[in-house]
Amino acid sequence: MLKISKSKLNELFDAVSAKQTLYIPADREAGAAEYRKYEKGMELTSELNTVRSAKDFFFPQTENLADFKIEGKTIEVKDVREECEDFVVFGVRACDARSFTILDKVFLCEPVDSFYKNRRDHGTVVTMACTRPSETCFCQTFGIDPTVPEGDAACFDDGENIFFKANNEKGQKFIDSVASLLEEGDTSKLDEVQAKTKAIMEKLPLAKLSTENFGGDKLNEYFSSDKWAELSQACLGCGTCTFVCPTCQCYDIKDFNTGHGIKRFRCWDSCMYSDFTKMAHGNPRLTQLERFRQRFMHKLVYFPANNDGEFGCVGCGRCLSKCPISMNIVKVMKALEVK
Amino acid sequence: MQEAMIKRAKELLADGSVDRVIGWKRGEFAYDMTPAVFTSAEELDSEFIFDDFTSANVSKYLVKETAKEGKILAFLKPCDTYSFNQLIKEHRIDRDKVYVIGIPGGPKLDIEKIKAKGITGILSVKNEDYTLKIETLYGEETMPFSEAILDKCASCKSKKHVVYDELIGEDGDVLDSNRFDMVEKLENMTAQERFDFWRDQLSKCIRCNACRNVCPACTCENCVFDNPKSGIDNKAPADSFEENMFHIIRAFHVAGRCTDCGECSRVCPQHIPLHLLNRKFIKDINELYGEYQAGADTTSRAPLNTYTKDDCEPSIVHERGVE
Repeated sequence: MLKISKSKLNELFDAVSAKQTLYIPADREAGAAEYRKYEKGMELTSELNTVRSAKDFFFPQTENLADFKIEGKTIEVKDVREECEDFVVFGVRACDARSFTILDKVFLCEPVDSFYKNRRDHGTVVTMACTRPSETCFCQTFGIDPTVPEGDAACFDDGENIFFKANNEKGQKFIDSVASLLEEGDTSKLDEVQAKTKAIMEKLPLAKLSTENFGGDKLNEYFSSDKWAELSQACLGCGTCTFVCPTCQCYDIKDFNTGHGIKRFRCWDSCMYSDFTKMAHGNPRLTQLERFRQRFMHKLVYFPANNDGEFGCVGCGRCLSKCPISMNIVKVMKALEVK
Repeated sequence: MQEAMIKRAKELLADGSVDRVIGWKRGEFAYDMTPAVFTSAEELDSEFIFDDFTSANVSKYLVKETAKEGKILAFLKPCDTYSFNQLIKEHRIDRDKVYVIGIPGGPKLDIEKIKAKGITGILSVKNEDYTLKIETLYGEETMPFSEAILDKCASCKSKKHVVYDELIGEDGDVLDSNRFDMVEKLENMTAQERFDFWRDQLSKCIRCNACRNVCPACTCENCVFDNPKSGIDNKAPADSFEENMFHIIRAFHVAGRCTDCGECSRVCPQHIPLHLLNRKFIKDINELYGEYQAGADTTSRAPLNTYTKDDCEPSIVHERGVE
């Protein structure tokens, strides 16, 4: 397999970023990594994952959809779409890579979301296999193998070298573009690392968490469960879980009056918010219990019902780490589950 | 401590003094406790927890809880008692419906500080003589307790319970804390340096509203930022101006009422030191109007605004006009 020594990784970043924009997960502060536009000398983080997910690259928190210019009684509508430039996201973990499959199901089904598609078409996702999963990881619950991540191309770290494998044509193109920096390498040490990681995966506290009793056929049973009151009791109604989540894809579209025109923008929305899906008649979910229930029913029941059994969660564990009151999908699944 | 709390809670439930108990419920890991209401001895025995990670301030939940029938037992740490008092002062909590047991405060631990040391796969955290023994999937790790203390506890203002019906453990004193040190540092910066500091911090904001929703001083039924009729509602961190203004307006809105409980910074997923905005106001109020600690009592006049139940509704003032 083709590899590069980790000591030369920055040479590879330099080569990639000379041709197109490159994003890598880098430390913002100790213990907090974020995707950053690569600049010479920037180090790849040693953190397992970023605080914000990688969905931002394809589904940014805020974007303009159209501009309106008003003069007298005429309104000029300006299409603000531009062809996105090619970019590479390096170091995406297996969980986040799977989240793109989930987002694709939402944004690339008819009618195709051209804003999202534009970015997907121009973005190359280079993933990085995990070697030190955290106690909050449960990607294997959703059939994800973090030692063999998806994405256009995948990287594997044996401690000293990074190995490259193309998963599709786009990934092969990426590897070809840096081929002069790569050399054939022996994978025996990598095999050991992979085996060690797999052994840790089996020992993870959430290794046994299963989706077996969830899915589209459980609608009535779980919707009317008496557990929701207790589970949602302490929920603050903030949007932290939804905003750090790689698969939460709900958004709001609003008009912003600039004083001399209108900017129509969309931004992430959260089902936890009191004005989520507010319509002319008011809000369909009046209490926090209903809003809280919506989020988990969507991930565990409605999404698989509409998407061939695919769940709306990838087990990245961000909500487990970041919820201010430590309530999350794992606690919900365990409390709700009827065997 | 936990056993004594459970024992007392069970007694008060059994003799009918209270109907419910608010405290913390154990989680999946060593550190992920959730604030919870308990109604039975069985629940208390199996799920109630009080340890180095039970840092959440439960005072704000009492707004909702005291709107219900019956009486609730609340375990309040010293810092939580200030929030509780302030909410009484603002007529948001019905004091008669709460039985307050004062419990010792921190310092509490911050799991993110432990993880920031590169410690991962955490299975258990034990405090042995102020050294943390951390069992992980990758072997045992140790670190000094002092390096894992929550920021809000590291600059603790008081170990004194300003309100309680009974205490478990000793009461403490108001501390001569170092909490204004960083504010002074910011004051001594040039305007440009200070602006750069806050731009750098506030540009991290993802507008999740965790700071606002956890804040015991933010108890408006409908926040202007959520209200489409307000004209300034916004879900998006749309531009730098807006990012600045959300947090600054919020700090103004809670000025004179913020007790400096530190929950805003504790819950921020992006580690923005929001408490510094509030501390600047506290420091200014102290210097301009004399020493004042919000929540220290329920009767004194507040430096900026006071509410009584006899105040007429704003709509009446509007109709009557300014005389």
